[in-house]
Amino acid sequence: MNCEEATKLMDGYLDGELDPITSQALEQHLRECGRCDQAYKTQGSLIRAIGNATPYFKAPAELRERIQSSLRKETTGQPVRNGVRGAQVLSYKRQPEPRSILSEAPWNWLGLAAALFFAAIIIFNVVPRLQRPGADQFLETQLIASHVRSLMANHLTDVASSDQHTVKPWLDAKLDFAPPVVDLSSEGFPLVGGRLDYLDNRPVAALIYQRRKHFINFFVWPAGADAARSTKAMTREGYQLLHWKDSDFNYWAVSDVNEKELQEFKQLFEQQILPH
Amino acid sequence: MALPLKTAHASQTEDFESDPKIVKFVVVKKREEQAKEEVLSFEEAMLPHLDAAHNLARWLLRNEQDAQDVVQEAFLRAFKSFGGFHGSNGRAWLLTIVRNTSYTLLKKSHAVDLTTNFDEEIHATGYESVNPATALEHCEDAQLIREAMDALPAEFREILVLRHQEGLSYKEIAEIAQIPPGTVMSRLARARAKLKEYLAGRIAKEK
Repeated sequence: MNCEEATKLMDGYLDGELDPITSQALEQHLRECGRCDQAYKTQGSLIRAIGNATPYFKAPAELRERIQSSLRKETTGQPVRNGVRGAQVLSYKRQPEPRSILSEAPWNWLGLAAALFFAAIIIFNVVPRLQRPGADQFLETQLIASHVRSLMANHLTDVASSDQHTVKPWLDAKLDFAPPVVDLSSEGFPLVGGRLDYLDNRPVAALIYQRRKHFINFFVWPAGADAARSTKAMTREGYQLLHWKDSDFNYWAVSDVNEKELQEFKQLFEQQILPH
Repeated sequence: MALPLKTAHASQTEDFESDPKIVKFVVVKKREEQAKEEVLSFEEAMLPHLDAAHNLARWLLRNEQDAQDVVQEAFLRAFKSFGGFHGSNGRAWLLTIVRNTSYTLLKKSHAVDLTTNFDEEIHATGYESVNPATALEHCEDAQLIREAMDALPAEFREILVLRHQEGLSYKEIAEIAQIPPGTVMSRLARARAKLKEYLAGRIAKEK
């Protein structure tokens, strides 16, 4: 360690924030360099002096009372903003004492009750109609959530391998079905790995493919008895979803690549599994 | 015929369950009690840090009245988002809010000293250009330290307060001051160097 590095690290050392190895290296340097050792001692006394001599402004008792009363006003629903300072930093003092809710006219209660009543009507009748997700929509939301989570939580793969003969047996052993796993690296969709996921109330296989810098989460699980071939594509929350079914499986590809590329991915995938 | 009707009516109004006023009264009372509990648990968690909150605001704003207003506002803000606070470090959480509220006011009053362009050059030469011993002679002087602190930009005042008066770790400081953890050490070093420089300047003037 040289003097420049030692000077830089001195504050961290005095604050006890260096890791043991760096600390040892610094101590070593201080033993060898009188000049730095002197600077270290001076800096140490400066730090102690700042700590000792800087006045500490305790909160006056009056402030505590003001805060406590403003908190109580806040919860009784009294308007407390008066904008005295013309700013958002507000002055909550000089408020008239809030009237107790008990002393208020019953008309206020009725108003409150009416408001609650109408709010309830709106909540119970209107909102669900607007927002009630269909089963499909719910699944799509789950798919996107799973895709996002896999990228966010650094948990893209349980088994990271570009070799389909590694990924497939791993998934087969964990699931009650054997998902088709193909490698499409020569077509520009290299296999990154596999993961277990839970969707539509069942464990599913998630295969991860890469398209340039983008990832595609490809979910596979057995199709129900009523399996009929179908395909649908959609965009939701900026993500592209492509769903199709064949006689055996449900497929969902989720990614931020564009639809054309997902369709291309589907085509390639289908070509690859045909011979099987 | 009139009599039985009247009694029926009377018994109806005395029936607590069916009197809408009383039902509403009970609802309001329940809500009030809930609110009271919320306030109490908030106060229990946050009032112990009132001194720290006030001290930080006081140093940032350099004015007692502003500091009190900001602390009160910060407590209200904290109370409103208390439901979302699940961490264990209540003091750091509260101080973050106090700091942000203080900066809002500082920016509003067009305080120009929020940050500084004080560069590394001064820091690098600071150790040589100031005679540390003379600077230290005056370090124990609270009045002088206070003047020196007040002369520093806000970002230096806050970091010195958080470290020297609250004894917070670099990690906590980084969180509160919203800077990368790696920056804390160098900013502290710069703040201390600047303080020392100011003290030395004052001494030179006195001579």
